[in-house]
Amino acid sequence: MASRHVVAAADEIPPGGRKIVTVRGRQIGVFNLGGEFFALINVCPHQGAKLCEGAIVSQLVSNGPGEYGLARPGEIIRCPWHCWEFDIRTGQSWCEPDDVKARSFNVTVEAGGTLAKGPFVAETLSVSVERQYVVVEM
Amino acid sequence: MNVTLRETRIEKPAQQHLGFVDCDVHPFFRTPADFDPFLSARWREHRVTIGNRARQPLAKGSLYPRMSPGNGMRMDAWPADGGPPGSDLAMMREQLLDLFDVRYGLLAPLVGGAAGDRNVDFGAAMAVAVNEWQCAVFCDPEPRLKASVQITLEHEDAAIAEIERRAGDPRFAQVNIPPRGLEPLGRRRYRKILAACAANGFPISLHLGGTSGHASTGSGWPSFYHEEHPSYVQSMQTLVTSLVCEGAFDEVPDLKVVMVEGGFAWLPALAWRLDRTWKRLRAEVPLAKAPSEYVREHFWVTTQPMEEPERAEDMLRTIEWIGPERVMFSTDYPHWDQDDPRYAFKVKLPEDWARLIYRENALALYRLD
Amino acid sequence: MSSTTLTALGGAIDCDIHPAVPNARALLPHMDEYWREHMLRRGLERENFDLSAYPVNAPINVRPDWKLEKGPPGSSLADMQAHVLEPMGTGLAICNVLHGAQAMMSEDLSAALCRGVNNWLAAEWLDRDPRLRASILVPQHSGELAAEEIERMAGDRRFVQVLMLAMAELPPGRRQLWPIYRAAEKHGLPIGLHAGSTFRHPPSAGGWGSTLMEDYVSYAQGFAAALNSLLAEGVFQKFPDLKVVLIESGVTWLPASMWRINKTWRGVRSEVPWLNKLPADIIRARVRLTAQPLDAPADSAGLGMVLEQLGSEDMLLFASDYPHWQYDGADAVPAGIPAGMLQKMMVENARATYPRLKAA
Repeated sequence: MASRHVVAAADEIPPGGRKIVTVRGRQIGVFNLGGEFFALINVCPHQGAKLCEGAIVSQLVSNGPGEYGLARPGEIIRCPWHCWEFDIRTGQSWCEPDDVKARSFNVTVEAGGTLAKGPFVAETLSVSVERQYVVVEM
Repeated sequence: MNVTLRETRIEKPAQQHLGFVDCDVHPFFRTPADFDPFLSARWREHRVTIGNRARQPLAKGSLYPRMSPGNGMRMDAWPADGGPPGSDLAMMREQLLDLFDVRYGLLAPLVGGAAGDRNVDFGAAMAVAVNEWQCAVFCDPEPRLKASVQITLEHEDAAIAEIERRAGDPRFAQVNIPPRGLEPLGRRRYRKILAACAANGFPISLHLGGTSGHASTGSGWPSFYHEEHPSYVQSMQTLVTSLVCEGAFDEVPDLKVVMVEGGFAWLPALAWRLDRTWKRLRAEVPLAKAPSEYVREHFWVTTQPMEEPERAEDMLRTIEWIGPERVMFSTDYPHWDQDDPRYAFKVKLPEDWARLIYRENALALYRLD
Repeated sequence: MSSTTLTALGGAIDCDIHPAVPNARALLPHMDEYWREHMLRRGLERENFDLSAYPVNAPINVRPDWKLEKGPPGSSLADMQAHVLEPMGTGLAICNVLHGAQAMMSEDLSAALCRGVNNWLAAEWLDRDPRLRASILVPQHSGELAAEEIERMAGDRRFVQVLMLAMAELPPGRRQLWPIYRAAEKHGLPIGLHAGSTFRHPPSAGGWGSTLMEDYVSYAQGFAAALNSLLAEGVFQKFPDLKVVLIESGVTWLPASMWRINKTWRGVRSEVPWLNKLPADIIRARVRLTAQPLDAPADSAGLGMVLEQLGSEDMLLFASDYPHWQYDGADAVPAGIPAGMLQKMMVENARATYPRLKAA
């Protein structure tokens, strides 16, 4: 059954930032995209590299040969090994979005006061009621 | 391809690989001055003032820049001290040798520019220096690592002298010859070098890369690394074709050839094509037996970059066609396209094949242990 | 498969036969005044412009029973009819002329010779046998002049394709050559890449081999390079209606090559962001291959397996490759082709590939 894990204070991960956390023995990368939080498993589905430690890049778009454009800056994670690209929002691979996916997890931001009521698991954090926290469902 | 399957494999890797022999590991220098202790004063000065001069327009670097820094390195293989990937033995142990309990690692030093330098005397001096450097920096402190003898193909006397100098030294496992030479390797001008390799008990390893000055493809220079990367396969195919058609194996029957970093799924179709063409042109190419028989007897392939067939099980038929006794696992650490021994095969190998491919073929070929 | 079966299939479409220009003198009546005099001044009518990629008497290039008493193999229409069109009951056949016109260093001389060959082909072959169709020979080292020749010939609907050698001066995807593809697409003409080289470069970065056998084997890797170039440069995106036919490629190299190019694409595609589909899927949709020669494993079950790896029954086109010696007897269809693939290969795939054959 899914449980909800408090993994970071929200202000610990600024926009554009990431934090690698361990939840139930698994490494998860938590990303902040302009105030929205997303979480992916830190394992590339191709050959197992630590995906979430790769370069955070943009989506490259093109209307045709010789035309180059950037879109969605900072929303793509590139595997540190074979350079496969994944959408941080969904975990989908750029090349084969329907077939290749890095597992993603639901993330919410909760007030410390709410967390105190449970049922949440805070493995590594002590929670203060005044702050906002990132919660990963797993 | 299926997401769920992939995730399952990643979570529960087979343990067949443990204790494998890695047939392609890349050591790197921290600074070019690392070679100076092994160069004479004359060549030290040359290195500093003139340096490597290959048949290409850039003094350093590639005309086909890779997609990650360091001309295509694994992003997580940069040592903390700022040196390049492959330059830190401790990190190589942590990420490769100890992690997988690697039994032996065959070094393929893509450094020094010995093979491709236009000044063959400098090339010969660099070959010796790189050979000394491999031992001093890697093989002596870490006996699991085995060196490859660097030579300058275009300087026959120096090449043969260097092969003979390293013969019998257990730190050296093979002779490294670049696959893109001025002429295909089967041509007569290289025959004495091939014979010296065989006579001294060295297989030759053809590790792709470099430039000969000839265009990467038969229709000229491609624009993109996207084309250059697969064009290495074509260079490998030329080597197989040349060595077979020129009768190199009839003249040097003990010659053993390892093709490194070219992948291998292309080899069956090439052998079929050789046989088919030979049926018509055997008067021009009077071989003692069919080309595919020479391929089977004299060639080994290393696995990386592992082809990924659309139907994963097609990998098994490909290996069956080549012969599982001729396939040897390699990682290509620390390059961007390196393979992880746990996950590179997307299909489970039969146990006896796994033993051969991960360990026994390399142990036998290189007479390790 | 026997020739009776071929006839039963309704008159197969032979997508690769090679009429040969007997000698350059034969071209003179088909060249304009200027180039006729140019040829005579230089004594070029005494040459034959054979390609070194295809020495006419090499066993692989002429089947023993297809040798002619007079002239190079393939140079007689009557003999071609007797050797291949009649016994096979061929419905239609596409003439691909292999000629040094495409290799000349002077773009203008190359263009003049190509015009001569195309005119000669129309007058001496197509006018004399209604089963014949042809490819337009173009001066492929000049995108501009090649496009002009396509425009000049496109009005003759019997020309169904543009012919280029797979290995030439530039990788075929390069932008300088796009006028060729623009013109071809506009007129519904697939690009036929034929095995061979104008030898501006050795067959690979490994340098020049010694033997014809090495060259011939290398033509397969030339196709792999050509395909990689067309993909990476975005030709298939830029010209969405263009099809490419790989002629005399050997076929079985393609599955492993697709695996490799897919693999490269997954990591390197950001270098060429317009390449937005799995390369193998583009190949299946847009690339066709003639089925002679077919470099097959010893067992025909193995051939079935490797052809399944193509992943499409639409890709193979029947071809005899006359007068090249690819098979003996009348068995122009290699054994071991899966039944569904075979059925489509004889007629249907060709009609789908060549818009100009639909009306025929």
